[in-house]
Formats: sequence, structure tokens, C-alpha cells
Amino acid sequence: MQTFGQQLINGLSLGSIYALLALGYTMVYGIIKLINFAHGDIYMLGAFWGYYSINYFHFNFWLALFSAMVVCAIIGVVIEYFAYRPLRHSARITALITAIGVSFLLENGMSYLVGANARSFPQAIRVVTYHWLGLRVSNIQLLILGTACALMILLELIIKRTKMGKAMRAVSVDPEAAQLVGINLNQTISFTFALGSAMAGAAGVLIGLYYNSIDPLMGMTPGIKAFVAAVIGGIGSVPGASLGGFIIGLLETAVQAVGLSAYKDAVVYFVLIVILLVLPAGIFGKRTREKV
Amino acid sequence: MQKWQKQTLKLMTMGAAILSLAGCASAQSNASQGNNATGKTVKIGVNMELSGAAAGYGEQQKQGIQLAAREINQAGGIKVGNTKKKVQLVIRDNKTSNTTAASVAAQLVNNDKVVAVVGPATTNAGTAAIPNMTKASVPTVSPSATDPDYTLQKNGKVQKYVFRACYQNNLQGSSAAKFMTTDLKAKRVAILTDNSSDYGTGLTKAFKKTYTGKVVSSQAFQEGDKDFNAVLTSLKHKHIDAIYAPGYYSEIGLIIKQARQAGINVPVVGSDGMADTKLAQIAGKSNSNKIYYTTPFSTKAAASNQVASKFMSAYKAKYGSTAPTFSALAYDSVYMVKAAIEKEGSANSVKIADGLAQLKNFKGTTGTMSIDKHHDAEKTISIEQLTNGAVSNTYNIK
Repeated sequence: MQTFGQQLINGLSLGSIYALLALGYTMVYGIIKLINFAHGDIYMLGAFWGYYSINYFHFNFWLALFSAMVVCAIIGVVIEYFAYRPLRHSARITALITAIGVSFLLENGMSYLVGANARSFPQAIRVVTYHWLGLRVSNIQLLILGTACALMILLELIIKRTKMGKAMRAVSVDPEAAQLVGINLNQTISFTFALGSAMAGAAGVLIGLYYNSIDPLMGMTPGIKAFVAAVIGGIGSVPGASLGGFIIGLLETAVQAVGLSAYKDAVVYFVLIVILLVLPAGIFGKRTREKV
Repeated sequence: MQKWQKQTLKLMTMGAAILSLAGCASAQSNASQGNNATGKTVKIGVNMELSGAAAGYGEQQKQGIQLAAREINQAGGIKVGNTKKKVQLVIRDNKTSNTTAASVAAQLVNNDKVVAVVGPATTNAGTAAIPNMTKASVPTVSPSATDPDYTLQKNGKVQKYVFRACYQNNLQGSSAAKFMTTDLKAKRVAILTDNSSDYGTGLTKAFKKTYTGKVVSSQAFQEGDKDFNAVLTSLKHKHIDAIYAPGYYSEIGLIIKQARQAGINVPVVGSDGMADTKLAQIAGKSNSNKIYYTTPFSTKAAASNQVASKFMSAYKAKYGSTAPTFSALAYDSVYMVKAAIEKEGSANSVKIADGLAQLKNFKGTTGTMSIDKHHDAEKTISIEQLTNGAVSNTYNIK
């Protein structure tokens, strides 16, 4: 029972990271139907911003987290402006391949600039482990879970309660019609990228602090897993992405807990296939009829 | 299909065909001669993982190679017969890709006309480069390809032009197993393997063959994994005496950190991929206790080894940090080529291969080594112990 509880905690902290990343995928997909493969690398940039801001500007943790969100939001907008906006009216496959290109550019660009070695993240917060009913929870695990949940609620509020959120939802339903009623398309899309990238930046700093190891290729695997999470939850749906993230995190933990660690990725992708077969639109996805 | 589409398709197919041909431009078969050093320099090629997944290790090896070349040139160069020739490095990135490693090998031997190659760092990329090296009769010395079969052909015969500066997995894995039985008295162990590389799986195989105690659990992880909490939690109640974790410092560092935080305080034994000061940085100093790893390059032993202490201080002066094992092995690889050239009195690539095969009692930073009949480097193996993140003890394994 203790082991079960401990594994639950492990799964939830892993899942909250995937969830934060999946949100970016799902929002961008929802609004311009683009799978932004560079998203995992923005998360890496967030981690590196955290590293440099804490080490060289002596930011405290919260300031580093907040500034990483701002910096990543700006990077996200810049990437959208230069890489995706010129391709807005071309085939979707073109934009998709560009996204992969941007991802390679960021990964190898950072390898070139800072070196490909893994480096240790500055420990801005002292690790305190709480013992409770035989379970071990560190303050950083609680912090990750708390921050992730807070950011997800904030995001939900922005989308559902603000004017910009309304514009985002309108654009995702029908971009042309949204423009007809006076919504600035470019601004809305930029805002979506900013929001998604800020989430990734926050995840980057949190991961850096939690695992204490960052490198330029750290975004690759989590990026793909988060994409799977977004698809499982129903790509385009914000609560779906959060749920998908937690499902993937718990699933991975469960597979390792029963001793099948070599197959943990295989199981995640297997579940993806099953979900796509049973619920092609994902758990929270809306089944939309193609207009003929 | 529309006309322009057809044409584009045609063009693309042609382009793809040309590219693939260029990619596998194989070495010309001038096997009887090999490459010679022309002019005043000896060209040594470097086929290295400078980007992609293994770039971290490739970068360290490049530093070792450049340091060695600079030292040799400052001392006048390599003595070829009666003249001294300077070393000229031709460094090319194989992007941690097997196909690129093969084409880089072809480029180095055909276009750059190098007389010897150092690299690649990984067994996979290194194996892919072998056919082109053999065709051109140019020897290649890998600083860190540890798979036992790397220097052997399919039929068990030795690859004539393939050498390595490190020892192979069987020795390392079995030494760790002996150490855990005799010194640590570990009767129940858990194994955590990096199964994304031949390195990790090969070591585990060798370990299991020699270890006489009980392997309670054998788990796997991938390069780049960051979360090991689930696996470690499942090990916690299995009453293990020690963990054997062959892999690289970037993942093992995290395993150590997460194991100690989960309250698992048993010794962790690993391999030379852990021998890096970054290990303790990632794991955290206070977590780095009871950590052991097999290594050819002991920073403690460096004090008694002149070559090593010279290398250590030169590295520190140049790069400002303690030299990692990979740099030391790469540094040795360059000096092995130098020794072979000076021994044969010729910078012909076939002669260099002969010289390398007969290298005996070569004094390197990683100990005194001899090349055996399988082209493996024979040298003593030691085990270093970390206490509070610093090397506190060295064991010699017989």
C-alpha cells in the first residue's frame, strides 16, 4: 500500500510536467491545426533560461520561473512570426515539416552555443522531504504539482473568461468568420503561441529544479510524450491535455512499478493506438463532421 | 498526374539517387598501398560525434584530441624516419548517425587522404565506419567503443584496421561483478541498464555471466531518461545489497540522486561512463556516497603516472576543469598513432596499422597498455569510490 501511494506520487509529479507541455501542443493545434514540434525545445530553452538567470543574474526561484515564462512567450511569438506565419496559407504538411525544422534548429543551435553536455541545474530551493504515513514527498514535488495545477486553472480562466480567450475560441472554430466579426487573427494566434510557450518555459524551470540535469536535447522525448498526451486527451481540448498528461505520467510509472521498465515507452504508444482506435478524437475531443 | 508534378518527381528521384550515391561514396580499392603522408604534415582524421545524442562525449574527446595534437606540434611533431612532421587534424562531425559515420570515413580517407583516424566514440557509429576504413587500408582508433565484437569480423577474425584505446566490456563487467562479490559482499543486487546502447547492454551481459549472487531485479532505461522514481520505488522493498548501473553519468547521476532521496542507501556500482566530475554535480554532493565505478583512468592514480599528471594539468590549464575519462582516452588514441608511426618510421597507413597492432607497453594517461591479438587495449582496471562527491579510495582489481 505504501509502495502504491509512493508510486502514485511519482506518477502525479511526472504527469504534471507532461500536462504542462501538452497544453502548448493542444492550444496551438486547436487554433491553427499545426502540430508544433518545436514545443519540446521551447521547454528546453526555458530550462536554460532558468539555469542562466539563477547562476548569473542571481534570480530567486520564483523570479526565474516568471522570467522564463516571459522569455519563452517571446520566443514562441518570434518563432510563429518568422517560421509559421509565412506558411499560414500553404499545405498543412509544409508547416508541419517547418516545425520539425525549427525543432532541429533549436536543438542543434543550443548544442553549438552551450555544448551538448548535461549540466546540473542550480538548486534554488533546498530539498525538504516530508514523511507522512510512510510516504516520502519532497517540497519540490509538491511545488511542481501545485504550480502545474495553478497554471492550468489560470489558463482555463483566460480561455473561458477573457475577451482574448473568446477570440481564441472563435478563431479555432472558424478563422474566416472570426475575422469577419473583427477579430485580429494574427494577434490572436501570436497570443496563443505566447501562452503555450510560457507554459513550456515554466515546465522547463520546474524540471530543471526537480531532476537537476538539463541538456539541449532534453526536449525531444518529453515533447513526443506530451504530444501523445495531447492526442489521448483529445487534441485541441485544454482539459483533455491536462488529463492526458496525468494519464501518461501514471501509466509510465505503473509500467515501471510492475518491473517492465524496458517497455515503458512501448506501452505509452500502445495505449495511444488503442485510444485512437476506440475514440479517434481522444477522450475530450469533439467529434466534428467534415463539411462537404 | 500533371506534367509539372511528374517533372518535379523525376527531379526529386534523381536528386535522391545522387544524394544516396554521394552518401555511400565508398573508398577506392587501393588496398595494397593505403594513404601516405605528403608534404610536411601528417594528416590524422577525426570521425567524431559532435552533434546528436552522443555529442557530449564526442565534444570531450575532441578536446583530448586537440590537446594531444597541440602538444605534439609544440614538441616539433611526429618523427617520421629522419624528419619531423607536424600533425594536421581533419575534424568531421558524424552527427551520432551510423550512415554519416560511414560517409565521413569515406571522406576522410578518399578526399582528405588521412593516414589514420581517431573515432568514432560509439560502437554503433564505429562499426558503420569499418568497411570504408578497411577498403582504404587506413587504421582507425576508437577512444571509447567498448563492445567486445567491435574489433572482430563476423567470423571471429580480427579487423585489421580497427583498434581501440579502451578495454572492452567483458573485462569491465566481470571486474565489477568480482568487486561486488568480494569487496562489497553483495549477495542480492539489482541491475539498471541503459539499454539504448551496446555499451550498457554489453556490460550487463558480462556482469551477469560473472556475478555469482542473486540478481533480484533487472530493469532498463533509455538514454535521456530523467525520471527513475518509479523503478527505484519498486526496488526499495526488495532488500538489495547493491545496485549495478552501467551507463553514462548523465543518467546515472540522476539515478543516484533519486535513489538517495527515496531512501535507498545501498552502494551503486557502475562503469567508466560515470567517471566524470559532472556525476557528482548532477547527483548532488551529499548524495554521492558509496558510489563505485570501474575505470581505466583514475584521477588518484594520475599522481603516480607522469603522463597522466602532465595531461591533467594541461587539460586544466586549457579548459578549466578536471579532465574527464573520455578526453583522456582520446588523448591516448592520438599518442598511440604517434607511437605507431615512430615505431615503423613511416606514415603510410598500412604501416601505421602494423605498428598499432604491435604496440607494447605504451605509456598513456590511462595506464600502461599493450594491444593484444584482438586489437583490444590491455591495461589494469581500477575501481574508484566516491565519498561526498570526491574520489576517496581506489581499488585495484586483479
